[in-house]
Amino acid sequence: MTAMALPAGDATAEPPLLRAWWALKNSLVLARRSIARIAREPEQLIDVTIQPVIFVLLFTYVFGSAIHLPGGGSYHQYLISGMFGMTMAGTAPGTAVGLTADMSTGLIDRFRSLPIARSAVLVGRTMSDLATLVLGIVVLAGTGLLVGWRIERGIGNALLAAGLSLLFAFAMTWVGACAGMVLRSPESAQALGFVLFLPLSFVSNAFVPTQGMPAWLRDFANWNPMSAVAASCRKLFGGNVPSPDAWPMQHPELALVIWSVGLIAVFAPLAVYLYRRKVLR
Amino acid sequence: MNARFAIEAAGLVKAYGATRALDGLDLQVAAGSILGMLGPNGAGKTTTVRVLSTLLRPDEGAARVAGFDVVAEAGQVRRRIGLTGQYAALDESLTGRANLIMVGQLCRQPRKRARQRAAELLEQFDLAGAADRGVKTYSGGMRRRLDLAVSLVAGPSVLFLDEPTTGLDLPSRMVTWAAVRELTSGGTTVLLTTQQLDEADQLADRIAVVDRGRVIAEGTSAELKDKVGGERVLLTVAPQSGLAVARDVLARLADGPPNVDAAQRSVEAPVTGGARRMPEIVRELDAAGVLLDDLGIRRPSLDDVFLTLTGRTAVSAAVSTAGEADDEKEVA
Repeated sequence: MTAMALPAGDATAEPPLLRAWWALKNSLVLARRSIARIAREPEQLIDVTIQPVIFVLLFTYVFGSAIHLPGGGSYHQYLISGMFGMTMAGTAPGTAVGLTADMSTGLIDRFRSLPIARSAVLVGRTMSDLATLVLGIVVLAGTGLLVGWRIERGIGNALLAAGLSLLFAFAMTWVGACAGMVLRSPESAQALGFVLFLPLSFVSNAFVPTQGMPAWLRDFANWNPMSAVAASCRKLFGGNVPSPDAWPMQHPELALVIWSVGLIAVFAPLAVYLYRRKVLR
Repeated sequence: MNARFAIEAAGLVKAYGATRALDGLDLQVAAGSILGMLGPNGAGKTTTVRVLSTLLRPDEGAARVAGFDVVAEAGQVRRRIGLTGQYAALDESLTGRANLIMVGQLCRQPRKRARQRAAELLEQFDLAGAADRGVKTYSGGMRRRLDLAVSLVAGPSVLFLDEPTTGLDLPSRMVTWAAVRELTSGGTTVLLTTQQLDEADQLADRIAVVDRGRVIAEGTSAELKDKVGGERVLLTVAPQSGLAVARDVLARLADGPPNVDAAQRSVEAPVTGGARRMPEIVRELDAAGVLLDDLGIRRPSLDDVFLTLTGRTAVSAAVSTAGEADDEKEVA
C-alpha cells in the first residue's frame, strides 16, 4: 500500500485553502495539548533545561580545562554554540518519545476517528517541541552568560542564530517523528537517543575542534549538520573561534539551511506516510 | 443505498495472515435504533467497529455509515460518528474538562462553544465534581464515562461503543445505559458490542450474533429467543418430597419431555403460554403431594441462543478463540 493508493477520503467539498487553515488550527489545538501536558508534568522539560545546564557546567569546568582551542579562543565562547547544535539535534529523540507514547494509547484512535487532517497529530507534536526549545534556548543562553559566554556581534545576529537553530530543530523533529512511527515504545525511542544522537553530537565540532581528529572522522564531523549549527552560532555570536577549510564550515549558515530544508523535505512527508500506513492496518 | 439504514455493511473481509477477523460480515442498522453486537472474544466485533469507524480498511466488501462510504468518504463519515473503544482514549495528564474541550475544538467548535459543551457533558455524566482533576486520578468507571462523553462532543448521528461497560460497576453501567437510551431518543443510531448477554437484551432494539467474523443470526431479542424455543417451567423439589412424582406431573402437563437434574433436585420442561398454565401445574403438583422449594418460568437467555446457534456456549467459544483474539488486538 502506498500513500498514493490511499483513498481520497478527505476530499470533501472544502477548498484546499480552507482545508489547510483547519489543518493548521487542528495542529495548534494538539500543540496546545502537548504544552498543557508539560504544564502538568514539568519533568518533561528536563532535556531542554537541566540537561543543557549540566552539560555546560561539565564541559566548562571539567573537560574545558583540558581543551585548548587552536588560536587560543575562550572555551566557553566555543562551547555554548556547540550546545546549541547538540540541544537542537537532541529534540529528535524527544519527539520520538512523545509520539510513541501517544501511539501506544487508545488516544490515537480517538484522533483518527475525528474529522481532522492526518498530519495534525504530527505537526502538533513538532510545533510543541519547537515551543519547548524556545525555552531551551533561553536556559542555555542564560547559563552561558553566567559562565562567561558573551554575545559579541549584536542582538540582531544573536536572534538570527537562535532562528537558524530553531529551523534546524524543526527539521530534527521530523527525523524524530519518523523514528516515532517506526519504533514501538517510548523506551526504545529513549534508547535511540543514547545510542545514536549522543555519539553523533560528539562526532562534531560541538565540544572540541575537529582539527585534532583523524582525517576520516574529521570529514564526517565537518559535514555533520550539528557542526553547521554550532559553526553558524559561533560566527553570529562572535568570538575568536577556528573555522576549518571544509565547505560547510566556511559557509555554516548556508549549510545549516540546506541541511534543514533537505531533512524536512525527506522526513516530513515520510513521517506522514508512515503515520498513515501505521494506523490503517 | 437505503436512507432507512444508518449503517450498512456488505461482505466485509479483514484477514491477518491466516486469521480471518472478518469473513464476509453483513450488517444493517436502522437509523435511530440500537444494534447490539453479541459474540465471544475474537468473533470480529472490534474489527467491525474499527472498519465502520474508518480506523481500518477492509480487504473486501463495502460499508456505508450515515450515508457515506467508510473508505472513499472517510472524512464525511468522521464528521458524523462518535467512537468509544474498549480502552479509554483519553489524555491521562489533562483534566477531564480539558479532554472534552480539546476534542470539541478539533471538531471545529469555537472555544466558547467547546467550553459550554464540555460543561454540559460533565454534568450529564456525573463528572462535574472531578472536572478539573487530572484524568489519571479517575477511577475506571469515571474514565469510561468521560470517554463516552468525549465521543459525544460533536453530537454524532452514529455512535460506536465497543464493550462500553466491560469492567464497570453497577452505578457506572446505569449511567452509561441511561445515556445511550437518551441518545437514541434524540435520533442517534448506536452500534454497541458486548459480551454481556443481559446488556444486549436490556439496551438493544435488535441483536446481531457474531461468530468467526460473520453475523450468524440477527433479530430482536424475542425473535432470537423464539428460535431457541418458548418458555420453560422450572421447579425445585423439596428434599423430603418425590422428584419422580414431580416429573410425572410435568410429563403429563408440559409440551415436551421434562429434564431432571437429580443433584439440584430440579425438573424442567417446556410450556407454551407459561404464566397461564402455572395455576394448573401448581394444583396438580399439590394434589400429588409434591412439596416445592422453588418454582418459576424461565425464558431462554441469549446464552441459550448462542448455544443453539453455534453448538457452543459463549464462554467456551471465547476460550477456543482466545488465541485469535490476542492476534486481533496485537495487529489492530
